[in-house]
Amino acid sequence: MSDAISHAILPGIVIMFLIIGKLDSPLLLVGAVIAGIATVIISELLMNTNRLKKDAAIGLVFPFFFSIGVILISLYTRTVHLDIDMVILGELVFAPFNRLVVAGIDLGPYAFWSTGCIIMVNALLIKLFFKELTISIFDQHLAYLFGFGPTALYYILMIITSITTVVAFDIVGSFVVVALMITPPATASLITHRVQPLLMCSILIAVLSACGGYSIATFFDVSITGCIASSNGILFVIALLCAPQKGLIVKIVQRWRLKKQIAQELVCWYIHKHSHTSEQQHMSYQLGWPTQYTQQVIKHAINNGLLTENNKTLLLTSKGLHHLSQSSLNYQIS
Amino acid sequence: MQKVTINMNLLIFDYTLVMALLGTSLLGATAGLLSPFVFLRRQSLLGDAISHAALPGIVLACLITKSKHPLILLTGAAIAGTLGTAFISLVRHYTAIKNDTILGIVLSVFFGCGLVLLTALERYPELQTASIQKFLFGNAACFTGQEIMIIALVALVVITVTIAAHKEFTLSAFDNEFGIINGIAMQRYNVLFTAVLILTIIIGLQTVGVILMSTMLIAPASAARQWTRHIGSMMYVSAGIGLFACVCGICISSMSIHVPTGPVIVFLLCCVVFVSLLLAPDRSIIWKLKKS
Repeated sequence: MSDAISHAILPGIVIMFLIIGKLDSPLLLVGAVIAGIATVIISELLMNTNRLKKDAAIGLVFPFFFSIGVILISLYTRTVHLDIDMVILGELVFAPFNRLVVAGIDLGPYAFWSTGCIIMVNALLIKLFFKELTISIFDQHLAYLFGFGPTALYYILMIITSITTVVAFDIVGSFVVVALMITPPATASLITHRVQPLLMCSILIAVLSACGGYSIATFFDVSITGCIASSNGILFVIALLCAPQKGLIVKIVQRWRLKKQIAQELVCWYIHKHSHTSEQQHMSYQLGWPTQYTQQVIKHAINNGLLTENNKTLLLTSKGLHHLSQSSLNYQIS
Repeated sequence: MQKVTINMNLLIFDYTLVMALLGTSLLGATAGLLSPFVFLRRQSLLGDAISHAALPGIVLACLITKSKHPLILLTGAAIAGTLGTAFISLVRHYTAIKNDTILGIVLSVFFGCGLVLLTALERYPELQTASIQKFLFGNAACFTGQEIMIIALVALVVITVTIAAHKEFTLSAFDNEFGIINGIAMQRYNVLFTAVLILTIIIGLQTVGVILMSTMLIAPASAARQWTRHIGSMMYVSAGIGLFACVCGICISSMSIHVPTGPVIVFLLCCVVFVSLLLAPDRSIIWKLKKS
């Protein structure tokens, strides 16, 4: 949805510009916010008619708005600096040159103040409504029962997202806003699953990727917004691979260990059941394993003290028996 | 405000117009034919993600081969699209992250990489990066004969595969497990579908551009769904809608030299959808109101 909003606010800006005729006015942001809210409302309406599903509704509304915006730009604003590239890709480089001047005093970059305000507003809202937001997101019905009004909260959340998107996109362009809104939480969700650490972690990751991306971009002299999005991606991939409990590497190692453990348990169980045989071929056939693999497993089991070899017969040790009875799989050791 | 100029000379025998019409109608018919399956499989946003993910492929292909031959660029786009899809499947298989989120991540991150590569490419002025920017909004108005040949070839492949495999595609959209139980190799058909989707998207990139490509895959089916229930007729109706919107879009945008064709086509498609939602028999809003 935030992807859709970031594209759909274009016509809001263009129409507002056509109405008021100035490019620097904050009313442009108002137009953008209205467009964002309109997107959400129209998507919801389309979904509620039950003729379209959610993805189709969103996927229709935002290109519709966006194409209107592009047509209007190319028809009516060609002589003005409302460049499509700027709108989508943004150019962070120009942000420091756009200063906020109040009563003749240069207060610093306009971008600093606008994003600063938004950070304050968002932080305040989250702090005030933390319980309500969390419950509404995870269990809507419970939120209804508690009287938290999840629908209203949802709309407030969408409005705030629109406003934040608009303010951010003014500086960095629309697609990196999407990257920064979606990727850090996803990365953080791979690391933790409690809500407060998730919030803190995603803020940290976002800041890290923004600073890191900026440094890399200035070092290699490439697009800043592109680098920020890419560094988000890199952090995500790193988290995907290396995260403590959910990372791919950890999962692969866990699966490999589990496989080894179960293989040894199976061999021990087999020896326990067929206490008279040491025929490895027969064992591999029964267990469905290649002969070499069976030999490897037996060797490991002997090394771990679960089996002993005595004149070519394999016997289960007491440690092995104990291991079997302790296992999480029910081997029915009588 | 500038006046919109109507230029009647461009209408019938102009080479550019004929080329543009050919290219976009091929795309419109192809995307329209594939659209019901994308719609039914709820993969609308996947189209968006793949089209954004194609950008780094295009730029890398240009960087590596130092040429801007359309076939090379499209191959790069196809490879990038495939990588993006593979990444999406991987993340979906191994983590609990929601589908929408993964699509958003792939979309923005790949596009960001593409942007970085694009600005790195600017150091080689002989490659004229400005014409890669046309992939953002398409350049239907500037098709060369070569590009038309490529589009026609890809469109032919996609249309043939879709019509030949439409039963399996439908089955995979509604009940994948039933197909598996019946011994049909559903996984292969799913892969085939994704391949055909990627092919359609990369020819669509040249016509309507990255941002609007996903509409070409959703809107025709959304409109056709309101008029019919059967998958066969839905396929052809939506192909027809796609074709109609593309042809009208080209004609309208050719009346003024400043309006890009992609947005006009998308606008028309969405209008058709809204009209269908309102007016189609049996399902639509106004019909229901009239009956009651």
